Parts: sequence; C-alpha cells; structure tokens
Amino acid sequence: MGKLAIETSGLKKSFGTTHAVAGVDLAVSAGGVYGVLGPNGAGKTTTIRMLATLLRPDAGEAQVLGYDVVRDARAVQSRVGLTGQFASVDEDLTGVENLLLLARLLGYSRRRGRERAADLLDAFGLAEAADRQVKKYSGGMRRRIDIAASLVVTPELIFLDEPTTGLDPRSRNQVWEIVRGMVAEGATVLLTTQYLDEADQLADRIAVIDHGKVIAEGSSGELKASVGAGSLHVRLRAPEQRAEAERVLAGVLEVPAEPSADPAALSARISDPERVARALAELSRSGIDVTEFALGQPSLDEVFLTLTGHAAEEDAA
Amino acid sequence: MNATTAEQASAPVTEDALRSVLLAGERPSRPGPVLTSLTFGWRALLKIKHVPEQLVDVTMFPIMFTLMFTYLFGGALAGSTQEYLQFLLPGILVQANVMITMNTGITLNTDIQKGVFDRFRSLPVWRPSPLVGALLGDVMRYSIGSAIVITLGLVLGFRPEGGAVGVVLSVALLLVFSFCLSWLWTMLSLILRTPNSVAGVSMMVMFPLTFVSNIFVDPKTMPRWMQAVVEVNPISHLATVVRGLMDGSVPAGEIGWVLVSSVLLVAVFGPITMVLYRNKK
Repeated sequence: MGKLAIETSGLKKSFGTTHAVAGVDLAVSAGGVYGVLGPNGAGKTTTIRMLATLLRPDAGEAQVLGYDVVRDARAVQSRVGLTGQFASVDEDLTGVENLLLLARLLGYSRRRGRERAADLLDAFGLAEAADRQVKKYSGGMRRRIDIAASLVVTPELIFLDEPTTGLDPRSRNQVWEIVRGMVAEGATVLLTTQYLDEADQLADRIAVIDHGKVIAEGSSGELKASVGAGSLHVRLRAPEQRAEAERVLAGVLEVPAEPSADPAALSARISDPERVARALAELSRSGIDVTEFALGQPSLDEVFLTLTGHAAEEDAA
Repeated sequence: MNATTAEQASAPVTEDALRSVLLAGERPSRPGPVLTSLTFGWRALLKIKHVPEQLVDVTMFPIMFTLMFTYLFGGALAGSTQEYLQFLLPGILVQANVMITMNTGITLNTDIQKGVFDRFRSLPVWRPSPLVGALLGDVMRYSIGSAIVITLGLVLGFRPEGGAVGVVLSVALLLVFSFCLSWLWTMLSLILRTPNSVAGVSMMVMFPLTFVSNIFVDPKTMPRWMQAVVEVNPISHLATVVRGLMDGSVPAGEIGWVLVSSVLLVAVFGPITMVLYRNKK
C-alpha cells in the first residue's frame, strides 16, 4: 500500500482550557482522498493547521510526507498545498494577480508565472474572471480560485478545509470533480467536512473526529458495517396508518421501528435482510399502502449517532 | 450579475486542462528574502491600486495638519504665520509621517484576520517577508504623504534653505525612521484582537509622542520635567534633523541619534513581532 503521507501520534493542542485536539492518531496512506469528518468544533481545522505547520502542537508527533511538521517545517511547506476554510486568497486583488503573486513567491520568473497563472485560470474555468477582483466572484468561483492557488506548484499533498461548506449543489459538484481529478493524477488529498455524504462520496478512508479525538476510522463501508446491517426505510401513502405500520414492522422484524421526521415515513434497523420481504408482504396484507421503500446500508448520519451519541450536524462547541 | 454570467459562459474545470496543470511538475528554486519581500511589497502596491480610498489618511492628514497648525498657532506662537511655517513645516512633516505609520498596524490586523495570511504563513518563504513587504508598501504611502506636506508648504511660502538636496535627504531619513517605527505597530497588531483596539492604543502612544516634542514649540517654555521627556523623545531628534537638513545644515550627531533609535526600534520590536507572528493562532 506504499508509504504514509501523514502519520500523527498523540497530537494535542489546547487553547486556554479548551482541548481543541486531544490526542489525534492518524495514518494516511499516499494517494487518494482521506476524509476527516466531524461536527463544528470537533478539532478538524486545528488538526489541519498543525499539519500545515501553521500551529505548533502542544504535544505529540506529526510527520507529513516523511517530514516532521515542527523540525522540518520548510520541507513540509514546499510539498503541501493548503486551502483554508475562509478566504485564502487576497480579495482585493484580481484572480490573475493572486496567482501571479504566489507564483513569484514560489520562485517562478515573471514570464513563467504569468503563463502558469493563465493555465490555472483556464483549467478552473476562471479565464474570463481573471482580471476581476476576487471579492466580486461568486461563491463557487471563490472556492475554485482558492483551490487553484494551492496548485501553483503542484503539491504532493493538499489540505482542503471544508471545501464545500456554503456552496450550492452545482459548485459543490465542481469541487468534487476537482478533487477527483487531483487524485487521478496521483495527489493525496486530506479534506475535512461536516457533510456525511461528502465523505461518503469522495473519501477512500474516513476518520470520524469528535471533541478532539478520533472516535472511528475506516472506509465508509467499514464504518457503516460497524453499526449494523443497515435499515429499512418505508414511506406510506396514508400518514395516519403509521402507528399500525410500526406495529406490523416491529412484529416481523423483531426490532423496533422508528418514525422518521417525515410524517408518512418510518425506518427500522435490521439484523437479518431476509425478513424484509416478509415485512413488506405483511404490510400489504394489513391494507397499508407503501409508496416507497428502500433497503440501505446505514447512512453515515446513523454511524455518527451511534458512535458519538449525538447527531453530526448539531454543534458540539 | 456579472459573476454568474461569466460562470455560465466558461466551461468550469475541464478535465484535460486540470490534468495538464497538475502534471506540470515544475519546481522553481526558492527565491531569496529580498525578492519575496519585494513581491509582498508589490502586493501592497496592488492593493493601493485597487483600493485607492486607503490613501485618504496620507492625503488628508498632512493637508489638515499643515493648514490647521500653521494658521491656528502661527500668529500666537511666532508672531506671524509665515515665520511659524518656517519652524513648523519640518515638524509637521515628521508628525504627519509618524501618524500615517499607525495605519500599518490597523491594516495588518485586518489583513491577518483573513485567511490569506494563513496561506502566506504556509509558504516556504523567508518568514518575515509578508510583514516586511507590507511595510515596504507603506513606504510608498509615507512618500506620498511627505510629498503632499512639502508641496503644500512650498505653496504657503515655506522656503527650505537646504534646497532640494536637504529636502530629499530629510525625507529619506524620515522614511527610514517610519519604516522602523512601524514594527511597533506590527507588534501591536499581533497582540490586539481588533483593528479598533489597535487604533485606540496607537493613538494613546502617538499623541504624547508627537506632541510632547519640539515639533510645535521650542521646549524652553516647558516645565523642566517635560523638557527632559522632550529631550529623550526620538521624535524630537527626528524633527531637529529634518529642520537642520532643510535649513542647509548637517546635524551629524542628531542624525546618529535618529539612526540609532531606528535600529533599536527594529531590534526590539522586530523579533517580538516575529515570535508573535510565528505563534499566531
């Protein structure tokens, strides 16, 4: 499986009495997307900032691409790209000025820097906005210039801190395409997210982090499997039959059925997928019309709820 | 709006183009501290170009000060505004410049709170270069401020005996001192949380520093203790030097004083700033 792109052990960082990161151990292999999933305030950003040499850890070790983030900060800095959660380019400057600035700082000549900036703007569909100030960009364009700015010198490892937070679905898909494209070219991407479906869609492996600690780690399949076989989701034609449906399902599946937020829907964790067909037949026999049903692996939402005892989207801070 | 039409017009993120930029594995050699600092200075100039409003202080402050103090105090202090102008203008030049340096801290504080400084800090460049570059950009602002004070002075009837050479030399020295003094504000901008508190504290330092000096009046009329303060105040020495050079004399000892205090300012506040900067959360 090759070498590790990131390896940390017992990484800690406190701000005053807040233990933002309380002993994080990570082993991220090179190539592919590694997702760090957790709610607001879980310690994701603090972890990334330590790995990108912006914060000095209070305790523990972190190696990025084989270099220690404290002792060999320079070596790390010249091999990674960082796209922070907030504006990571200068909003007053135009797109091309931002990229040229970074190109010059990274050692490109003025001429080569201009070419590189133009290529990047082209690749990210920003050529027409090149001479406009970044503060006049839309949210999706902003994110693309942010990411492009991390690629002025192609990094071996790129950190994306909540790359799609606040984006509309179309822009989010574009960012996902970029991430997939980078990985296809052999880069390692570490991304943080509070969106479970994002981790599910993109990441090869996921670390679930809460209150500054990794509480679970694995592929999304493994994480889901650790919670159980999955669940049956059923939607009824008549919401008023839900109570009865609950009884029927519980009877056949031998597990409690839970009403969902949708007044016509309910779901049940299942231990044995064989029973599902019988349960559906039983519903129809009882005169309960089912408009939709789905048998799925547990969602990462459920994984999170099971692992942490609280929902992912709720603010843990 | 504009943004959305452009977004729709251009096909976002073409796969081939993305591949080719990622495959361009160029790794230019790392540039030296001078080049990176100048590049950050270039950024500051670009910001002036895009946000020219930020020049309000360097244009309005000097004009206001020169007119106000000349006509407010001139008659009372020196008998005539013309006479007072000869004494005051070099001092006002110093005060206007020193006042403008405060803006450095306020701007930097705003700047650092934005994510772009995270990116700068994660670049493999000489660490102080973003700060040095910002200060170099400010030197441009000081130059504009100085040019305005001197031009206005000449219009009002100020006549420097030292001629162009004296004026240029005094401005050069002023720029050096202002650049060095700015490290005090960079330090403050890293300690204090908001641009407002930076502005507040800067004012508290700035007012006594510029007024308890020989800029406005000859210290002979002051109480003894205040004279003592005026004498050690580096701003007084700076004003004396500027006055001397513009008057055609070369106050070598005083120039030495100014250079030593400039070096001291950087030697003390530079390293503190860098430690704060490195450990910034």
